[in-house]
Amino acid sequence: MSTVPDAVVELATSSGFLLVLILVLPFAAVLLALVLGGRNPRRVAFLTLVTGLGLAIAIALALARGGQPLIYLLGNWAPPLGVALRADGLSVTMLLTTVGVILGVAIYARNDFTTPPGGGEERAPLMFWILLMAVWGSLNLIFLAGDLFTLYVALELVTFAGVPLVCLDGRPATLQAALRYLLFALVGSVLYMLGAVLLYGAYGTLDIALLAQRVRPEAAAYAAAALMTGGLLAKTALFPLHLWLPPAHAGAPAAASAVLSALVVKGSWFLVVRLWFDVMPGVVTFSAAQVLGALGAGAIVLGSVVALRQERLKLLVAYSTMAQIGYLFLMFPLAFDATGQLSAPAPAVAGGLLQVVSHATAKAGMFMAAGLIYAALGHDRIGELAGVGRAMPVATLALAVAGVALMGVLPSGAYVAKKLMLDAADASGQWWWTLVLQGGAVFTAGYVVLTLFSVMRRAPATVRLRTRVSPLAEWVALALSLASLLLVFAVPAIPEASPVGGLASETLAMLVALGLGGALLVYGLSTQTWGGRGTADRPLRRAGAALGALFAGADDLVRRWSTATASLLLLVMLLGGLLLAGQPG
Amino acid sequence: MSTLNLYGLCGAALVGLGLYGLLAVPHPLRKILAFNLVGSGVFLLFGVVAGRGAGYGLAGDPVPQALVITGIVVAFSATALAVALLLRLHEETGSASLSPPESGEPPTV
Repeated sequence: MSTVPDAVVELATSSGFLLVLILVLPFAAVLLALVLGGRNPRRVAFLTLVTGLGLAIAIALALARGGQPLIYLLGNWAPPLGVALRADGLSVTMLLTTVGVILGVAIYARNDFTTPPGGGEERAPLMFWILLMAVWGSLNLIFLAGDLFTLYVALELVTFAGVPLVCLDGRPATLQAALRYLLFALVGSVLYMLGAVLLYGAYGTLDIALLAQRVRPEAAAYAAAALMTGGLLAKTALFPLHLWLPPAHAGAPAAASAVLSALVVKGSWFLVVRLWFDVMPGVVTFSAAQVLGALGAGAIVLGSVVALRQERLKLLVAYSTMAQIGYLFLMFPLAFDATGQLSAPAPAVAGGLLQVVSHATAKAGMFMAAGLIYAALGHDRIGELAGVGRAMPVATLALAVAGVALMGVLPSGAYVAKKLMLDAADASGQWWWTLVLQGGAVFTAGYVVLTLFSVMRRAPATVRLRTRVSPLAEWVALALSLASLLLVFAVPAIPEASPVGGLASETLAMLVALGLGGALLVYGLSTQTWGGRGTADRPLRRAGAALGALFAGADDLVRRWSTATASLLLLVMLLGGLLLAGQPG
Repeated sequence: MSTLNLYGLCGAALVGLGLYGLLAVPHPLRKILAFNLVGSGVFLLFGVVAGRGAGYGLAGDPVPQALVITGIVVAFSATALAVALLLRLHEETGSASLSPPESGEPPTV
């Protein structure tokens, strides 16, 4: 801060007011729903969501037409004193995904959270619709805010809206899960804010564009980068900081789980991306990125193996989220080129973004399908799902499509994302990430095969469904899962990832190989006995059971509060040390 | 030692104490207090940063103060939400423990 700030005159763009509208709209809906009460919150939510979808599309069109990021300056004050809202391609992609998934969740939940006619106002439906709007609005703020402090407030808003969603039904187990989630998220956010203080102290601004020009590789920037990254990873639940995720995401009502798993964890991930690629591209190093990638690889292996050992479908899906979060962090090392420099704009970043959208839609569909099965049977014990495939074909299909979309075999969003990342791994000579990407698909195949096998098994008698689930909800789950596959058509802009060519035979071979690998994993690691003989009489299954128990033990250890908090602090120190040591020159 | 350095060291000490509390103290209410301790440390550091602005011939940098006020509001809401959850948990179960009930199984559906 030795010189007077460079005069960067940033002007608001003509369509900038759209950014304000899409921020104000959800929060206005929150207030309106609270005031009107009764049966109105649901109407307000739908009205707002449809308007919001239109606004998001308008923003995307304005961006495409102008070719420049949209900017709005609050009160016409330019940074560093004022606050700017900015929308680039990254923001717009996330805005569209978010409004799409939340609209899907709203349609899915419209019968679950309804107030009976003539009855009094009920707490759960009222809160659900209000919190849904609040999550949406605060995520929009994360995608559009132009300075690190507004982003801090947005992060906290997402947490404050997400935590009550976990314990909507008020059962003690979910209250406990919510409290754990909130407290650990608070540790993360306070570390983030500490990093922000250091940045402001060193550079006199928190505006992303101004910081990007001023940040230099020096001690304050290293400490800030390490603290902020660590804090954000705690909120994203990247292994080994995932203690709060499985109970929170599995215990919440299905519609809430879908929002939490598909969108909320991506908010803090998005901020890590902003920090690394927009604020501090000159500060972060190859070795620090390797740490993020290694944690991602750890998440994929541990999350997938522990998912295979779950007794309940919703917990399986929650652990699959933990594994999929790992994938999102593989893009960080892969954005570096062969010389160890951050290459911008990296195809790996496009791959990571595609992965996020693809996972958001597929995971929302998966949680919805799991929720429907739970509602129809009154339980979701994996060992007792036989016959569901016949009784609930659409929900089963949604589960299958979401699973295939996550594996990334057929031409799908995840397929293109994986291809972009594999190419980046080849180009930068980081062959070890190729192994992780390919091996990770086998692990994903493992729990997808387990899920499908359990619902497709023939039942001894016809399955009696406890309640009839809404067909519309089933179709919404299927539509979101399909959207993840169809994403492949949304990426003609990335020519090197063209999905066509060598399609049929290669894809089929991959599918078969993954299916076999997944089946082998299930055979070795699953604790299900399928009503047959136990695990004790086959050497392979015995070894598998021992290995699986080892992983489960490791997961229990990592998910203790003290271990997780210590890991977080150690991780911050490790990142800081690596940034300090790894600076070239 | 200048006053600002003293404040800075106090802030760092508060952050350290709070982080220790978050890590080591099992009771959730104490964790909430520890979070507030870290928060106070961070706000104090913001104050130091604001004071350092005066070193450039200004009467003090007003922006960090605005940030601190916002930060306090956010930390207050976080505390209120956490305490509300804790009270409700105590009402339902008679205990306010974060560790899962007996068996070591994570709380499930």
